[in-house]
Amino acid sequence: MSVLFFYVFAALAIAGALGMVLNTRNTVAAALSLVVTMVALGGVYVLLGAYLIGALQVMVYAGAILVLFLFVVMLLNLRREEFSPQRQLPTKIAAAVIGLLFLLQFLRLIDGAFGAPAAIPADFGGYRQVGTALFTDYVLAFEATSLLLLAAMVGAVILAKRRID
Amino acid sequence: MLVVVLKLLFIVLVIMAAFLPIITWVERKQSAVMQDRIGANRADILGLRILGLFHPIADVLKLFTKEDVVPAGANRVLHLLAPVIAMVPAVMAMAVVPYGGVYRFGQTELSLVVADIDWGMLYIFAVGSLATYGAVLAGWASNNNWSLLGAMRASSQMISYEVTMGLAVVGIFMVYGTLRLPEMAIFQDQTFRLLGFLELLGLVEALPVWLDWIRLPMWGIFLQPLGFILFLTCIMAENKRPPFDAPEGESEIVSGYHLEYSGMRFGLFYTSEFLEIPVIGMIVATLFLGGWAIPFLSQETIIGFVTPVFGEGVATAFCMALHVATFLLKVILMIWLQMSLRWTLPRFRYDQVMDLCWKMILPLSIANVLLTGAAMLWIGGLR
Repeated sequence: MSVLFFYVFAALAIAGALGMVLNTRNTVAAALSLVVTMVALGGVYVLLGAYLIGALQVMVYAGAILVLFLFVVMLLNLRREEFSPQRQLPTKIAAAVIGLLFLLQFLRLIDGAFGAPAAIPADFGGYRQVGTALFTDYVLAFEATSLLLLAAMVGAVILAKRRID
Repeated sequence: MLVVVLKLLFIVLVIMAAFLPIITWVERKQSAVMQDRIGANRADILGLRILGLFHPIADVLKLFTKEDVVPAGANRVLHLLAPVIAMVPAVMAMAVVPYGGVYRFGQTELSLVVADIDWGMLYIFAVGSLATYGAVLAGWASNNNWSLLGAMRASSQMISYEVTMGLAVVGIFMVYGTLRLPEMAIFQDQTFRLLGFLELLGLVEALPVWLDWIRLPMWGIFLQPLGFILFLTCIMAENKRPPFDAPEGESEIVSGYHLEYSGMRFGLFYTSEFLEIPVIGMIVATLFLGGWAIPFLSQETIIGFVTPVFGEGVATAFCMALHVATFLLKVILMIWLQMSLRWTLPRFRYDQVMDLCWKMILPLSIANVLLTGAAMLWIGGLR
């Protein structure tokens, strides 16, 4: 049953990713394909037992960040000319190089990872475990991240306010 | 598998087939009563009007037979898809809300929740966050500036209130120590001594025994009154109904994101809005009003009371029915509250909606988290 679900979610994620990359006519549809990918990835996380990450994936990426993406795309109202082959060429080359590097890294990672899977503790990936880890072992990194986000937020407010004033 | 499907069918049918038509009727009738009008009473079958109860049927017939208009220049696929997407989250959220406890019939145990998952509240938040897409896509796909404005308002309102909604219930998670909704309901099936805080403060050595009788059920609304108000405000703002219906704003942006929808496509937006009312009621009842728990009357007491007369099986079934009825009663109470608020308060201006979220509710919910943490440490330290 869960294998079946895995294939459904994996197929959705791949289809969404392809839809985003290959769709150059309609940017909104491309952004929506990314939403499909994000939700499907959330499903895969849940199947792997990482419930908190799965919920956060859907909540943060699909539910908040991509809505803002979508809005930027909608309001920019991009024209066809802006996707002319000449303008897209550098982007495509950069994307190809980065994609290739990721693929190589990925191949290196899964090479030899096909041993017997390690036993997962029954309570793996719940909010209690992640919370405990965040506030004990990784508390410094956690607090530093929150400071960084606060600084970014204050900076964004100041930049936006200057333009309004 | 069959049991899960049956449990799902039960709650979906109760909410969609029984509650939904009645709620649309209540919306009209209550507004009429509150505004001193006679109200919906025109629809009749063979001259029978029974307080306008046939209006939901007339509504549905009208919506199904109306012409379905897709504006020129609209994105046809997304225009079709948006109302469906708007509808899905409310139905999905019902899966994790328990409408009864755990009952033992001989060897088998029956737990009246469709999906008993450990991260139930996270699931509700995750599903709820997808509701934004219905409004956003509808606004964009309609190829209409008013619609796009409505969609923009809807998305910023919903994203903002999602953040504060999560923070508003952190206090309740701390008190219950769980995100699993059935466990929350079980936690609230206890009582506490109303005057017990006097002992904690050291004002009295030990309370007289007769004061033990003055008790309150351990419901979220008594343990987290501020959290209750904040959460209810946020979740009502998520539903985009008055006083939070700036995304629709008839007087400013005509009708917002569903301006270009007619017939049953508009009907789906309408239904999803009305469907969210009982779903909000279910969530709030489970978090703050004890879910299926009957105050001062535990499951053992009920079963023990009925068993000598009818036997244990019947007693358990009776208790189960009683719990489901209690839960639905609390949901109805929450529906009534939402309806009354909807017809009492005028629509907020758009900047007022955002101010309320970021300048009032956010600081208050953070203060609530701090206070709850301090109180729990203090009480724990006294023990």
